[in-house]
Amino acid sequence: MAEKVLMKGNEALAEAAIRAGCRHFFGYPITPQTEVAAYMAKRLPKIGGVYLQAESEVAAINMVYGAAAAGVRVMTSSSSPGISLKGEGISYLIGADLPALIINVQRGGPGLGGIQPSQADYWMATRATGHGDGHVLVFAPSTVQEMANLAALAFELGDRYRAPVMILADGLLGQMMEPVELPEPLTEADLPPKPWAIDGHKNQRAHNTVNSLFLVAQELEDSITSRWVRYEQIKASEQRAETYRTEDAEYVIVAYGAASRIARSAVNTAREQGIKAGLIRPITLWPFPVDAIEASIERTAAYLVTEFSMGQMVEDVRLTVNGRRPVNFFAHTGGVVPTPDEVVEALRRMQAGESVHIVPVHSKLTGGYR
Amino acid sequence: MRGDLNIMLAGFGGQGILFAGKIIAYAGMIDGREISWLPSYGPEMRGGTANCSVCLSDEPIGSPLVTDPNVLIAMNLPSYEKFIDAVEPGGVVIVDSTMVGTCTLRQDVEYYTVPATSLAEENGLKGLANVILVGKLLAATQFSTRASCEQAIDKSVSAKRASLAEANKRALELGTLWTASKC
Amino acid sequence: MSETAAVADRPTNTLAGNAGEKAVEKVAEKAVEKAPKKASDKPRVVFERPHALTDVVTNYCPGCSHGIIQRLVAETLDELGIEGSTIGVCPVGCSVTAYNFYACDMAQAAHGRAPAVATGIKRALPESIVFTYQGDGDLASIGMAETVHAATRGEKITVIFINNAIYGMTGGQMAPTSLPGQVTQTSPYGRSVEEAGYPIRVCEMLATLDGVALAQRVTVDSPKAVRATKRAIKKAFQYQVEGLGFTIIEVLSTCPTNWGLTPADSFAWLEENMVPYYPLGVYRDAKAEAAAREGVL
Repeated sequence: MAEKVLMKGNEALAEAAIRAGCRHFFGYPITPQTEVAAYMAKRLPKIGGVYLQAESEVAAINMVYGAAAAGVRVMTSSSSPGISLKGEGISYLIGADLPALIINVQRGGPGLGGIQPSQADYWMATRATGHGDGHVLVFAPSTVQEMANLAALAFELGDRYRAPVMILADGLLGQMMEPVELPEPLTEADLPPKPWAIDGHKNQRAHNTVNSLFLVAQELEDSITSRWVRYEQIKASEQRAETYRTEDAEYVIVAYGAASRIARSAVNTAREQGIKAGLIRPITLWPFPVDAIEASIERTAAYLVTEFSMGQMVEDVRLTVNGRRPVNFFAHTGGVVPTPDEVVEALRRMQAGESVHIVPVHSKLTGGYR
Repeated sequence: MRGDLNIMLAGFGGQGILFAGKIIAYAGMIDGREISWLPSYGPEMRGGTANCSVCLSDEPIGSPLVTDPNVLIAMNLPSYEKFIDAVEPGGVVIVDSTMVGTCTLRQDVEYYTVPATSLAEENGLKGLANVILVGKLLAATQFSTRASCEQAIDKSVSAKRASLAEANKRALELGTLWTASKC
Repeated sequence: MSETAAVADRPTNTLAGNAGEKAVEKVAEKAVEKAPKKASDKPRVVFERPHALTDVVTNYCPGCSHGIIQRLVAETLDELGIEGSTIGVCPVGCSVTAYNFYACDMAQAAHGRAPAVATGIKRALPESIVFTYQGDGDLASIGMAETVHAATRGEKITVIFINNAIYGMTGGQMAPTSLPGQVTQTSPYGRSVEEAGYPIRVCEMLATLDGVALAQRVTVDSPKAVRATKRAIKKAFQYQVEGLGFTIIEVLSTCPTNWGLTPADSFAWLEENMVPYYPLGVYRDAKAEAAAREGVL
């Protein structure tokens, strides 16, 4: 077993990506993801890799597109406003069936927003990373260890399904240090062949093209539907979620990423107070882990969704629960990190039979909460 | 103090706040405990203040952001004033008295004042007031062992500065031995 | 892995596969042709499609000079023997489907992003030859940042820049290189420099950047000019093979359809209006400049 080291989430992710065979990184500076780029800038030149600071996020994602088309494992990292700019390139990656890893260490928005931890890009990640009919796989780590593990998995699944993969982290996970056991490095031989890559035909094969243009409507429809066949496979095989103390839970919190850590503490405190609480923590946000929620419905009295946004993932929970149980909501946004006690209070009110929808209102008007 | 430690370290940028937090976190990791370390980040650190949340627990750590510390290590007056009211009753407050100077005291917390910056300078350990305070934390709370903390120093000091490990260990020892000014 | 197999059957690849199969067949044909035969056995071939072009009908308008330039690039790939190691990038514009026309590996890129995509390819495959084929709207408007930064990084790619002073594919709108007073769909009263500013001279601008190995402006309005353009394009690829830096060949070109002129009148218009504003010539040739300095020393 590898030795545990103390690392920042951003750095653990970067090192794990290198160990997964990633030798190409194209980025642009933005807080709070900078450590990923800085780590890559330091490490990649020493191991025959390429770190390139692009002129913009737009250029960076298109460099990723070029390198992915050439067949190498490649990544970029950014934070919310930068991901908006990358949206164009991500759409092209989807349309051309190119695997690549995109990191979003989320910060508050809209606009320039703030730099504190946020989960306000759930919609962008799961609904519309760019224009058109398509998806990226979205992973949501909640520990530094998982930042590393999911980076490795992202490259594996990206290559398997020929799809871009996004890791949706936040400033808390990126900046914090925890002990981490890094995955074993892969060798060249471990990487899957990419016969579709544009790496020069060497007069040995037909020429390859990487393209997302279909001027004939039927051809475009066929292209999209063939991708949808893979999406169905992904939904069937790649849903991931962790459950915590749900075996006998009457009140189940659904939370991902940093919010799930707070929810986990809240579950323990609530249990001490006699509230049978549990936690479902989505690890994949797309595909959304509907199976895990479905499996819990029968014994659950009510759900509580908590996230660092005004309510984005809660929609997927409601779609899954589909009116069969109450879905309550508690949130902070803009970089304000909720406390476990606030979550416990929401659970306590649910247990008392209240329907809870607690979102922040202007602090000057109310002292914080409605 | 073997229960959960929720530590807030705060001071000016350059006082080694993050490094001191790292030693504490590493020591906890060496002891096999669950730990987390979270710095303040962004423009705040350009403005000259730095703070760092460190959690040690026997259970997986929920929020790594310490809002109600049971340990505060304050290395200047603004940091002391910013965080003192948040300290849990019965908590431990360790202050660098050289830097904090005169301050309002709470009655329901346990104070340890160490003139860490002066001590460091007098002992040829300039810049290691932070580690002296970690030593005081160790002596006051027994959150870890001397051996683990020394090992943590070895791990925290970068390879390029390995020669500084010994000075750090002396600073740690100085902190553990300082008893004169417990309030 | 069944998923991967399913992906490989997708229409893009089938399309590419067909074109590519033809290319492979052609290799076989050529081998047969080159077998020693008596001169009298076979008529002498005076003109044939370059190997690096596929047997696909282009979608360019009649009289458009894209076809000439595209062919010159293909001839260059043939003559330098680099088709197998070359990867082309075609962005958005009239050349958007050029991935079907070239027999080398090809990528389609988002509007303006070809130099960034080419950068990604070249950095992943430093031994390969990478070129982009971009129009004026693509290169000098939406993709200016990508162009300038690829140039200043000395990215070892070759940019073929088609300047015809108009957006062709979208139907004749004002381009960053449209001339003062030029009437287009979006400058119906003629380009007003007060409102729309001045046209950009790309080669002159890029020539100030140290990463540029070759920046040359040519045209294709006469057989002589076509031959000169061929030499320039070949030189650019040769410089890339030698690893010298960023190379750009700006080709003054025509758009009879959107200019509303016959092909012949278009060349006359180009000669009269474009050449004075965009003088032909070599704006930077790092190798020649270095050689000249050596000579002086």
